[in-house]
Order: sequence, then structure tokens, then C-alpha cells
Amino acid sequence: MNSLNARPHSAAAATETPASRALAITFAALLGVFVIGGVGFSHIAAAHNAAHDVRHVNAFPCH
Amino acid sequence: MSLFRTILLVALVAGIATGVASAAVHLFTTVPLILKAETFEGGEAAPAAEVQADAHAHASTEAHSHAAGAADDHHHDPEAWSPADGFERNAFTVVASILTAFGFGLLLVAATELKGGLSGWREGVLWGLAGFAVFTLAPGLGLPPELPAMPAADLMARQLWWIGTALATAVGLALLVYGRSPLLAALGVLVILAPHFVGAPQPDSHDSPIPEALHHSFVVASVAVSFLFWVLLGGLSGWLRPRLGAPAA
Repeated sequence: MNSLNARPHSAAAATETPASRALAITFAALLGVFVIGGVGFSHIAAAHNAAHDVRHVNAFPCH
Repeated sequence: MSLFRTILLVALVAGIATGVASAAVHLFTTVPLILKAETFEGGEAAPAAEVQADAHAHASTEAHSHAAGAADDHHHDPEAWSPADGFERNAFTVVASILTAFGFGLLLVAATELKGGLSGWREGVLWGLAGFAVFTLAPGLGLPPELPAMPAADLMARQLWWIGTALATAVGLALLVYGRSPLLAALGVLVILAPHFVGAPQPDSHDSPIPEALHHSFVVASVAVSFLFWVLLGGLSGWLRPRLGAPAA
């Protein structure tokens, strides 16, 4: 991915193109949504029970 | 993918520290209130279920079957695994707190990278305050923190309103801060207020077995600890970002 978009500005610029930054930010945010979804929003009973008190104290909709 | 590694590392370290610290405070403040509320749950479980059944009966057939399905796989399932009270339950609270802080940390740090990355702890605290507004204050206006045994509307409807409100608040704040024109700022204010005009899903009846004073203490404690959570998560992320990653592009 980086090698496709790499431009010979400098060593730092070559590894971080706008496209690779956007991709990194998107994947990090998606991972965040996935983790929060599992802890706070999953309807799986075991996940709900394990995180029960954390769901209540963070005011995630519960029960 | 070095930026991805940087975001992951900052969110992980800040998330572990914030998760452990906030869980420690929760275990001494909010969790005892949850345990106290659960003593009201046993005897009131049947009436609460009847209230829900009534609410479902008023809804359309489709909404009814959907709500019933959600209830079936969500709670009152005696077969489902659940941690034993005491150490095991509290250990899962610590783990879930760390995961919550890690997840919110990923969202926070990812958002800051759109603006070039955090430069220090004070900038991080400001972003943390934005996170507090987006994920605690705005959803909490319509859906305040609740204790077990309290009446509530359909779970899926509340989850959708919660997510929509957080999204609208984030977009509205971005318009206010980065819009660079009074018109966009005004639009930002409208976007932030919109979910509250729509209104959060409310239960048919607010009759609750939980004493009002107990609920009030819980709301105050939970919002206060969330404030600590976000200041810590933002401040730590801002402090760690220049130390763990290359300067932003």
C-alpha cells in the first residue's frame, strides 16, 4: 500500500501518504467501534453479563 | 501502516491506565449503588416484565415480535453464563473498563489524527472534554444513567438513539470548532440539538421500584466518574502521542 503511493519527498513523507494516513485512521476508528460495540452494545447474553456493571456506569442502554 | 501502530499503542497504554483508574473509582462509588439497586430487583422482576409486556402489546405486530426477540436474547435468560458475585464480577468490571477506555481511546486518537495528531496533554484534555460531551453528556440528557430494575423503553430503540445522538454531537462540535463560518457554527448547534427535539425513547410508565434518592446519587456519581475518565483518557493520549509516534504529517 505504502509502496504504491510513496513519493520521494523524504523518508518520513515516503511512509505516510495522505492515503495511508486515511486508511490507518479508518481502521483504528473501526476497531474502536468494534470494541465499544462488544463491551457496550452486544446483545449476546454472556457479553452483557460480563460487562453488566460497566454498561450501567457508562450509561450504555441496558436491559 | 506505522500511523495505525501509533494510534493503537497510544490508545492501548492510555486505555489500560484510564480503564484501571476508572474501574477502581467505580468499584467504590457507582458499583455499590448498583448492588443496592439489585436488592429491589428480585421482588419487582415480575411487575417489570408485565409493564414491558403491556408496552409490547400496544406496539404493532412487527415491532412486538422484534422487541420480544431482543428481550429473549438479551436478559432474563437463566441459562446464560454470568460472572459470580464478588471478585469474579469485579474482575470483569476492571477488564470491561479497560476495553471501554481502549475503544474510546481508539476513536479519540483516530479523530485527533484527522487534525494532525495530539501535541501534548493539554490539547488531549480538550479532546477528552469533547469526548465527554459526545459520549456522556449528550446521550445522558435523554437517557440518564440507569440502575437495574428501572423501567426503560425498547433496548434497540434506545441503542439507536444513543448512537445517533453521539454521532450528531460529534459532527455538530466539529462544525462549531472547525466550520470557520457563523453559518456552519449555527448548523453545528442545530445538529447537536436535533436528537433532543426528536427525543429519547421513553418507557410507558416511569414507575420504578428504585428510590429516587438512590437513582440521583447514581446519576451524579456516574457522570462525575465519566468526566474523570475522559479528562484522563484525553490527557494521557495527548501526553503519549508525541512520545510513542513520529511527529504527525
